[in-house]
Amino acid sequence: MSLSKIKFDKKIVLSFWIILIALIIAAPTLLPVFRLNLLGRYLSLSIVALGVDLIWGYTGLLSLGQGIFFALGGYCAAMYLQITSSSEFPNNIPEFFALYGVEKLPFFWEPFRSPVFTFLAIWIIPAMVAGLIGFLVFRNRIKGVYFSILTQASLLVFFNFFNGQQKLINGTNGLKTDVTQLFGQMVGSESMQRIFFWITAILVIAAWFFAKWVVKGRFGNILIGIRDDEPRVRFTGYNPVIFKTIIFSIAGGLAGISGALYTVQSGIVSPQFMTVPFSIEMVIWVAVGGRGTLLGAILGAVFINYAKSLVSEALPASWMFIQGGLFILVVTALPEGVLGWIQGDGPRNLLQRFGLKRKIETYPSLEVNKKDGNNE
Amino acid sequence: MELLLDSLFNGVAIGSVLLVAALGLAIVFGLMGVINLAHGELMMLGAYTTYVTQLIFKLPILKPFYNSYIIVSIFLAFIVSGVVGILLEKTIIRKLYGSPLETLLATWGVSLILQQFVRSVPLAYGTGLVISLLIGLFLPTTFPSKIKESINFKYFKFSSWIFAAFTGVLSGSVISSSVSKLSRASARNVDVTAPSWMRGQVEIIGTAFPKTRLMIIVITLISVVAITLFLNQSAWGMRIRAVTQNRQMSDCLGISTEKVDIITFGIGSGLAGVAGVAVSLLGSVGPNVGGNYIVGCFMVVVLGGVGNLLGTVLASFGIGIMTDLIGAGRLLSIWPDMPLPLSNTINFFATTSMARVMIFALIVIFLQFKPTGLFPQKGRMVES
Repeated sequence: MSLSKIKFDKKIVLSFWIILIALIIAAPTLLPVFRLNLLGRYLSLSIVALGVDLIWGYTGLLSLGQGIFFALGGYCAAMYLQITSSSEFPNNIPEFFALYGVEKLPFFWEPFRSPVFTFLAIWIIPAMVAGLIGFLVFRNRIKGVYFSILTQASLLVFFNFFNGQQKLINGTNGLKTDVTQLFGQMVGSESMQRIFFWITAILVIAAWFFAKWVVKGRFGNILIGIRDDEPRVRFTGYNPVIFKTIIFSIAGGLAGISGALYTVQSGIVSPQFMTVPFSIEMVIWVAVGGRGTLLGAILGAVFINYAKSLVSEALPASWMFIQGGLFILVVTALPEGVLGWIQGDGPRNLLQRFGLKRKIETYPSLEVNKKDGNNE
Repeated sequence: MELLLDSLFNGVAIGSVLLVAALGLAIVFGLMGVINLAHGELMMLGAYTTYVTQLIFKLPILKPFYNSYIIVSIFLAFIVSGVVGILLEKTIIRKLYGSPLETLLATWGVSLILQQFVRSVPLAYGTGLVISLLIGLFLPTTFPSKIKESINFKYFKFSSWIFAAFTGVLSGSVISSSVSKLSRASARNVDVTAPSWMRGQVEIIGTAFPKTRLMIIVITLISVVAITLFLNQSAWGMRIRAVTQNRQMSDCLGISTEKVDIITFGIGSGLAGVAGVAVSLLGSVGPNVGGNYIVGCFMVVVLGGVGNLLGTVLASFGIGIMTDLIGAGRLLSIWPDMPLPLSNTINFFATTSMARVMIFALIVIFLQFKPTGLFPQKGRMVES
């Protein structure tokens, strides 16, 4: 893959940042609340897309189960919100427990009374679960398609678990957050939603810088090495298991944060976050945006979700066709994604095809090595 | 004893659905290293084929043969899903050879399109489309070799596609005008009713078994035997096994790997269609019917490994029996006086969905000892 990047002037970069920050600050006043809320949700989804890009774009692990970690983060946030605003209900426990005749709070709810614990749990619990699943799978050198279908199976298992346990976490109904209180204000209220939007925007930028930092330097090089030729990395003396586990749990943590932000902005967390299609959708955001380009993951998540809401509002039935076509098209015609295409040789090749730019002569051996063919 | 027999039979019944569904997936995965995420939707097509066949057999001309529609639909489902699979291989999967993860995503896209297709296109025209695909793909291969080798063959091919399109539209409109249920698109689930000879129960050693379940076991048995014979006795079967073992070497020795890929993918998809017939006997048929079984199929493939069909057979029956043992809480009745904490745990997992959780955990534990499944593909490659 060509790593050539367009070098920007410092002034342009600076003005880009100023415009971006101005837009984020101004967005709540410019947009109606409904659209603002949607934008906030898409931005929070772009954090999980960053995680997918880290594990798939950089490390070559296609996880179809990021929904697990996304939903775990969401559940952590929702449990805290439910428990802090449950003082007026019988037994001081969330309302839904009364429906199933539960009188005592299940033990794992207790720690969520503490805001500090919740704040940590939102990203540490998903990261730990991801680390555990990842370690058990990577340890045995299970990879490629096997890894993908195992993650998908574990997604379904978590879905079944959360869906079936009414008495523990309200089963298929999920946990509502929009009528709960946070700092004396309703979570679903406009002012809170505005704050959540800002938090999301800041966290997206923070997550982007974090991801950039992760893939920089030797650690990032090893990740790319694992993607391109894992046996060689192993023979060079590195243990790929450790690196894969670390990056998988980082992606899990990012998914957890994303899930928590998404939950407070959509007003509910339910096992629907763990359905198979949703987790695969996350992959397609990254694929369209451009895998291996972190910015592409963010843009892909925001734009595809925006397109989805536009299309679903106009022609509900056609979204599935469009989405299906997008999967096929991006994989067969645009494997680098839109941003990867722009950053790579795409525009030049296009101009060459129309005779607008002179062809660059290269030795055949210098041609960029497209695909190994049988590396997996 | 009776209880054990009951459990065994139920387990075999669950396992045989899994087996016939996973068989095609396992063969394709073994050969090409790709997992077809649209496999569940090919099953759905098979199930809808059964439904369409049933309605067509209710027409006055075919009414006397109504009771045999299920047998006919097995073959039709094999052909329908096989044709769609071949088209899939020719248009998409072949282009992605060597990148299995991309294939996974592309086939997911196909599965979305197929799901929406049965929702928004009337089944009659869907049938017409399949008929035209069938003619378009296979008519050119029946031409005499003199035409095939001529330069003008592409015009023959083109004209056969035009003929195919006409036939498709014609048959679609004939079906839609004669069977009113098929003329409108609907996202609602439909029901396949078993013919009279398959309703009711059979008594074996004092226990009553539903006949539909027995029929599914028979379908599975026939599929497995047929596929084993094909792979082990026929010339193409030998070629398939050769390519599975070493693709490059087989290519060098003159086996057309392209043809092997098409044949295998067609057979794998066709088996998905046969599985669809079995599934349609168990419950109502809807656009999402395949999704319920697909993850079970993955588990079978992961557990069984790709080296041997026996692995697939053992894995599906193992998973089936375990599902029944755990999901129905049978362990408790077999061993009534077990210690309390253990029996509490078993009760906790004694639903179908929780049984899946348990079985997945067991499979992950199993993989810690045998990471490549029961019968791994042997080789000296660094990757395997």
